[in-house]
Amino acid sequence: MNTVIRWLKSVAAFWYDFIVGDDWQVAAMLVAGVALTAILVHAAHVSAWWLLPIVVVASLGWSLHRATARKP
Amino acid sequence: MNALPLILTVFVACAVEAVEALTIVLAAGITREWRSTMQGMAFALVALAAVVGALGPTITLLPLNTLRLVVGALLAIFGLQWLRKAILRATGYKALHDEASAYLREVAAAKAAARSARGFVRDWYAFTLSFKGVLLEGLEVVFIVLTFGANQKDVGAAVIGAAAAVVLVAVTGVLVRVPLAKVPENWMKFAVGIMLTSFGTFWGAEGAGVSWPGNDAALLVIVPCVAVISALYVMVLRSARPAPAMAPAGVQEGVAGL
Repeated sequence: MNTVIRWLKSVAAFWYDFIVGDDWQVAAMLVAGVALTAILVHAAHVSAWWLLPIVVVASLGWSLHRATARKP
Repeated sequence: MNALPLILTVFVACAVEAVEALTIVLAAGITREWRSTMQGMAFALVALAAVVGALGPTITLLPLNTLRLVVGALLAIFGLQWLRKAILRATGYKALHDEASAYLREVAAAKAAARSARGFVRDWYAFTLSFKGVLLEGLEVVFIVLTFGANQKDVGAAVIGAAAAVVLVAVTGVLVRVPLAKVPENWMKFAVGIMLTSFGTFWGAEGAGVSWPGNDAALLVIVPCVAVISALYVMVLRSARPAPAMAPAGVQEGVAGL
């Protein structure tokens, strides 16, 4: 049983690292950006093509800031 | 859309992964034993083929908008990971991925490990090292081929790009029998990060229901914009970094390479 749990944990850790990577906040911001775009398009009928590029640029900048602020 | 950008993006992404896999295979083969190393590689390739066989038909059955929404978001997250690492490496905040030193580390570990046989495998360490290396790097290749191929409705073109990269790196590796340390890996990761992020943004927004101005031609604006903004981040981080910390030669070479 312990072996199975260990195996499941390592599989989950692998996929988390594979998809989310070093900074989960980037993934969270991207998912929120896509969701907000869908809401704006379908609920508010706004052509929100500009939103996701802004989220991408901002999340990259934020992630780089967090990574470099910790280091000299 | 022209298949050339798709083939080139997949080619460069897969070449980077193939170079990393080659380093591990060479370390296992040269220091341990080639037969077990090749067995490990063959098993990994079979496992990868099974993943493609299972996921490929499923992914192409999804409605295009759902596919673009999910895969676009995943691709953008994936691309931003690559871009983030490449920028941090280019500016000296993260050590450059050095195939020569990675090879030496693998060789030292392989020499230290005990030899044991299991079933038809004569050297279990060489087998597992090679299997894991090829499988892990190969999964990234599979992800890129399937997502790009399915989204562009041209899996064949993506496979051509991936196969060309793997064959080129494998043949070069067999000929030179040393890790391909001279490949400008960080520069390639930087370029792939830009392409994955751009395509991911484009498809993710389309999947969410957006109509891009100019349709597919919007990519001709998105890709250069992501590239310019990434280059600006590199410049800002370089100028913000204190001078003495930029001294290591390897880091300087990487920055020059960008």
